[in-house]
Amino acid sequence: MGFDQYHEPPEELPAETRTFARLCASLEEESQAIGWYQQRLAVEPDAEARAIMEDAQGEEFKHFSMDLEALLRRTPRWRAIAEGVLFQSGDIVENGEAAEAASEDVGSGEEAPPEGSAAANVAMARAGDGSLGIGSLRGEDR
Amino acid sequence: MNHLLRDIAPLSDGNWALLDDEARERLHGPLAARRLVDFAGPHGWEHSATNLGRTEELAPPDGEGVEGLRRRVLPLVELRADFAIARAELADDDRGSVDADLEPLDEAAVRIATCENIAVFHGWADAGIVGIAEASPFKPEPLGDSAEQDYPRSVARAVESVRAAGIGGPYGLALGPGEYTRVIETAEHGGYPLFDHLGKVLGGGPIVWAPGVEGAVVVSLRGGDFLFESGQDLAIGYDHHDAEAVALYLQESFSFVVATPEAAAPLSR
Repeated sequence: MGFDQYHEPPEELPAETRTFARLCASLEEESQAIGWYQQRLAVEPDAEARAIMEDAQGEEFKHFSMDLEALLRRTPRWRAIAEGVLFQSGDIVENGEAAEAASEDVGSGEEAPPEGSAAANVAMARAGDGSLGIGSLRGEDR
Repeated sequence: MNHLLRDIAPLSDGNWALLDDEARERLHGPLAARRLVDFAGPHGWEHSATNLGRTEELAPPDGEGVEGLRRRVLPLVELRADFAIARAELADDDRGSVDADLEPLDEAAVRIATCENIAVFHGWADAGIVGIAEASPFKPEPLGDSAEQDYPRSVARAVESVRAAGIGGPYGLALGPGEYTRVIETAEHGGYPLFDHLGKVLGGGPIVWAPGVEGAVVVSLRGGDFLFESGQDLAIGYDHHDAEAVALYLQESFSFVVATPEAAAPLSR
């Protein structure tokens, strides 16, 4: 079993970073599969085989989307940039540049605590509505 | 500046940091419901209602062959706990004191957290909120007189009721303050802590100190069964001041919906 998704010693990484890395690896694998099915579909003449491949590619679309959403939920700045790019009309590059610039106050993706964590809630509260940023306490010790 | 009016309060940045940190610390313990139910939001102070996905019949204004329906929503409710801090204490904080008297804030934190717990576990009829314990179809399981001998059996029965209804775990246990104290003070024969025994009965779920809870409540933590929707999450706002004190308040807005009544079982004293 490989551990190629880690570029630092796994035992030194916090659990949430290891999960993050696993999700990134899954995202990469799903996008690879989407590309492979796209190529197979481009050359496969058999209708039954094509139907199966199209169904399988649909599964990969779903997996990719779920991985991406999970990562965005855990990374506020990435999410902020994605919101400015995904499902937007207009020039993709311009939207990306604008979203990146607008996200600078959200904080670095690498340093951002997981969404829903106490640290993330406090950071968001200080940036915005004046609340204490307590949010959910599921999984926290008393 | 928003409705909390924090920018016009006679408090320094350091004072606000002191009060906010103290409030977070004091709220963290008693906010029991947030350890056991799903939390959505915060959606902001302007958010006024939770979508229930339901309708009720409504007579159309005119015409035959036309049907009218009105969407049903659950309005958010507001909780507010007022308190006042002596200006002398705040001035001393600016000078670097480390022992500011913030007891009024501490008491307000417990009051509002207790109210939140009561609304979630036992309901708030005037607000249209049905609590977890009152929604449960299961008859309250008596906790019994002896924490050592009765509590594990009673909690196991409550867990079994939920499990038998097809609701998976792990399960959490909200204990009223009196029951919680008895649990942490009790060791069973052989010295095995009752707290640890109950933890195993629950399948590893948390045992939560829950001010405002009468008796105890076993709750499934699988998710999707209990939804706390936050509008404005807990915040400190400014009301007014005089020469002696600054009048402040803790405030939040929320709704609470039980989606699966059989995902919890109450236990009575």
